[in-house]
Amino acid sequence: MSKIKTFLKGKFLFIFGPFILLWLLRYIIPNYTISSKTPHWAYIPPKSCLGGCGSIDGFIPFVDWTNALIQFLRKYEIFGLFTFRDFTRGVANYVDKFLDFTEAVLHKGFPGYDIGPLPWIFILTITIILGFYLRGWRLALLGGTCFAYLILFSKRGIWELSMKSLAAISVSAPLAAIIGLCLGILAVKRKRFANFLWPMLNILQSLPHFSYLILVVIFVGIGTKAGVIATVIFAFPPMARLTILGLQNISQEIKEAGIMAGCTKWQMLFKVEIPAARSPIMLGVNQVIMQCLAMIVIAAFIGQPGLGHDLLIRLQGLRLGEAFEIGVAVVLIAITLDRYSQALALKEPERREGNFLKRYPYLCATFFSIIICTVLVFTFPFFNEYPKELTVSASVYLDNGIKSFTRSLFVPLGIFRDWMLIYFLMPLKAIFQSMPWTGVILLVGAIGWKLGRWRLALTVMLFVFFIASTGYWVRAMITVYMVFASLVICALIGIPLGIWASKKESRTKIVLNICDIFQTFPSFIYLLPAIMLFQISDVSAIFAIVIYSSIPMIRYTVFGLRNVPQQIIEASITSGCTEKQLLWKVKMPLAFPEIILGANQTLMFSLFMVMIAGFIGTVDLSQEIFRALSFSDGGKGLIIGLCVAFIGLTADRLLVEWSDQMKIKLGFKN
Amino acid sequence: MDNQIKISCSNIWKLYGKSPEKFLRENKNKPTTEQLKSNNYIPAVRDASIDVKTGEILVIMGLSGSGKSTLLRCMSKLIQPTDGKVFFEGKDLLKATDKELIEIRRHKMGMVFQHFALLPHRTVLQNVAFPLEVQGIDLVKREDRAKEVIKLVGLEGREKYYPRELSGGQQQRVGLARSLAVEPDVWFLDEPFSALDPLIRKEMQNEFLRLQNMLKKTIVFITHDFDEAIRLADRIAIMYEGLIVQVGTPEELITKPATDYVAEFTKDIPRSKLLNAESIMNENDKKPHENIVNFSDKIEKIAANVLKSESTFSVIDKNNEIIGSLSKKEIIKALFAEDKNE
Repeated sequence: MSKIKTFLKGKFLFIFGPFILLWLLRYIIPNYTISSKTPHWAYIPPKSCLGGCGSIDGFIPFVDWTNALIQFLRKYEIFGLFTFRDFTRGVANYVDKFLDFTEAVLHKGFPGYDIGPLPWIFILTITIILGFYLRGWRLALLGGTCFAYLILFSKRGIWELSMKSLAAISVSAPLAAIIGLCLGILAVKRKRFANFLWPMLNILQSLPHFSYLILVVIFVGIGTKAGVIATVIFAFPPMARLTILGLQNISQEIKEAGIMAGCTKWQMLFKVEIPAARSPIMLGVNQVIMQCLAMIVIAAFIGQPGLGHDLLIRLQGLRLGEAFEIGVAVVLIAITLDRYSQALALKEPERREGNFLKRYPYLCATFFSIIICTVLVFTFPFFNEYPKELTVSASVYLDNGIKSFTRSLFVPLGIFRDWMLIYFLMPLKAIFQSMPWTGVILLVGAIGWKLGRWRLALTVMLFVFFIASTGYWVRAMITVYMVFASLVICALIGIPLGIWASKKESRTKIVLNICDIFQTFPSFIYLLPAIMLFQISDVSAIFAIVIYSSIPMIRYTVFGLRNVPQQIIEASITSGCTEKQLLWKVKMPLAFPEIILGANQTLMFSLFMVMIAGFIGTVDLSQEIFRALSFSDGGKGLIIGLCVAFIGLTADRLLVEWSDQMKIKLGFKN
Repeated sequence: MDNQIKISCSNIWKLYGKSPEKFLRENKNKPTTEQLKSNNYIPAVRDASIDVKTGEILVIMGLSGSGKSTLLRCMSKLIQPTDGKVFFEGKDLLKATDKELIEIRRHKMGMVFQHFALLPHRTVLQNVAFPLEVQGIDLVKREDRAKEVIKLVGLEGREKYYPRELSGGQQQRVGLARSLAVEPDVWFLDEPFSALDPLIRKEMQNEFLRLQNMLKKTIVFITHDFDEAIRLADRIAIMYEGLIVQVGTPEELITKPATDYVAEFTKDIPRSKLLNAESIMNENDKKPHENIVNFSDKIEKIAANVLKSESTFSVIDKNNEIIGSLSKKEIIKALFAEDKNE
């Protein structure tokens, strides 16, 4: 804690001085306010739009340039043969071929050969056997429950919708995994490529989905294949990252053992390096699958049918009961796929000796159950297609439940919402909106310089300057305000919860498990309770953001506190610390760098969620992106996306550097 | 044992820093410690020249950071030295193409690692067969050979185990077996027993000696443990801050340390285990005495007898000729002389 104090005291005036000075100028210079028609240039970037006009440009016309580039790519024929768009559409047609196959297997069938889709009993049995093989009966039970739910609650076609979504995922996930793996390997083998790839991954991962959805629409079109391609673009970066990390962390000795055995380069790669980095690479696959699931709702915006599409329609129509039913299906599939792929990542080869049946028990079980299932399918139609009469739906009850719940809580929730708006959110918004852009640039620059890196200072200043120059400054500041408000609330919830959880092993376990489950939920799901409780307002957006992004705050706090070296704790106890002193004088200062990293992650999560919350009508950058999406304005979408990415990257650079420096000071890192 | 030279290293340099080759050239291949330090170069190996003779056990010894592992890796060209020459059976390793290197490593070299470096996703059998597999030898043949070597290191019956199911000592046995699978001429061992418990370490050293008695390989063995070095070595090279300080038999190092550093090292070695009657006898006294000891008897064995009796002992050589004498005085001097000087 004292570190923060000295940090503030030491150069406080230097850092905040110019910023505050510029801020106060508004009281001196007459037209220095947001309400005046031509605000002072130092306050709002010139030639920018203040409210909700359609197409605007800043003092540097990035949007026009980007649109010109997109036009060029659409029209210009490479070697006079084909345009870039022809190329992308060609690729998309290949993707479509794979899709045809998975769709046929899972829900369309092969009409040409008079074969129907895979009967549900096969999918259920194979899931259960796979669960047993990967981890044991618990996992099998989870998988079984998931698919049983999909079958049973299929009154409104949840089974078919799920199969559509799964068909898309079973194309996009392997594709993203392969692309990520190849790029990762290339980056490890070619240093120069890594220097190019790493910043690209940073930007790709902080770009909001919607901004490249527009580009996908322009270059590929709409429908399932466009959805799959958008999903692949979104899902491959974590795979590439984890592949790079995995390959770099192989112990030097293992590589040397490979060389000394006389491996050629390819033998090294396939027989030594990839198998040795198997776990991180498989975790990458797990990440890919989770990202693909997160995309099923977002891809619905460009016309990918499936669970996401129906969830979206129900949300738009505020049919919350039905939305809830589909939401549960999405969550169950997400948790199941997550646990299965995690189990696969952590699975160690097992030694089994004896006859064939003993050595390959699961293979035999699969074989026999396929035979039994085939017989069942051909004898009883029940097993081929689950009869509609036996399906159920709880949506009517859910609807009534939600209605009576919100009705009974209408008054207290309303009071809470209004109180939040009037006493917390509105004033905060006003503060952020009154910040002069020149002052903000100076502020981030000063912080960057204080952290001792003029390059860092320059980078973050350029990021902020870019945002100001595009003409979306006012919108961007609303986004920053939303993120900041959520960050404050997340810290208020997450840090105490983290402290509480870190006190006992059993609590830590429970809290981290809950975090795990919450993190697997696709982000759109969080809008459901938000709309249920607070209708459509800033409060509901922030509510959704807070539930989603408190997770890293809690996680990092627990991690930081539990990782304080045992001997330091013992030394403090023997010095006579009380429980309270131990926490505030020893553990918290040592865990602080981790907590900062947690705040950084929370910030990234919130930024991501703000964009999705735009769906329920906030007036920040996300709204502009949604507008760009409906007008297919690729340039605007991309530039606003970059604004969002740069907000994130500015905060990320500063916070990570701060945390790193503190870790070095504390001797945790050198 | 013939004295043919298997590996010859001359003037090996390995520097870490900005542009080590240029720096070395500018300083005419002889930068001093000060020059290195002031230009921010870290010397891992400095001007090391050493020959490894066919069939000998050469132990390279030094503390951590002394450059011993780097020197070993220069010999197998796992690391490209900044300057110097390495000849393997007369062939210039530094000029060999990648293809030639792969051939040499596939057939002539075997290496054992400190942390075993087993491939976690392969069984014991598959690990041992791995060097044969990359050569493209077919499954049946390579597994037969692997089984042979596994039997040799005493791991029969564990073929289907995965490394994680084995103890540290057993894992290193797999490491030994893997490095021996291709029947290499030269056997590199990089601190193979350092990660093991002391008791297991002793057992593994015995195992190593047993194997070497059967196989008669040319061995370069790295260790930081002087006891281990003395137990195993034909010759020891001591390294200090990248320099080879002294090369010699264990006896030579103890009786004639080249520098204070070597002397400091050898000080705590129980001399009684190492020195023999010949190296401490009084060479001027060739009179026959009533009792005799053999020239090669270690002090440990004869000290008690000499100290108990009042008389002097004659030392005889291979041909039963008297070459000197031993009395209480010599024994005491040999055992405690160094301590008195302090």
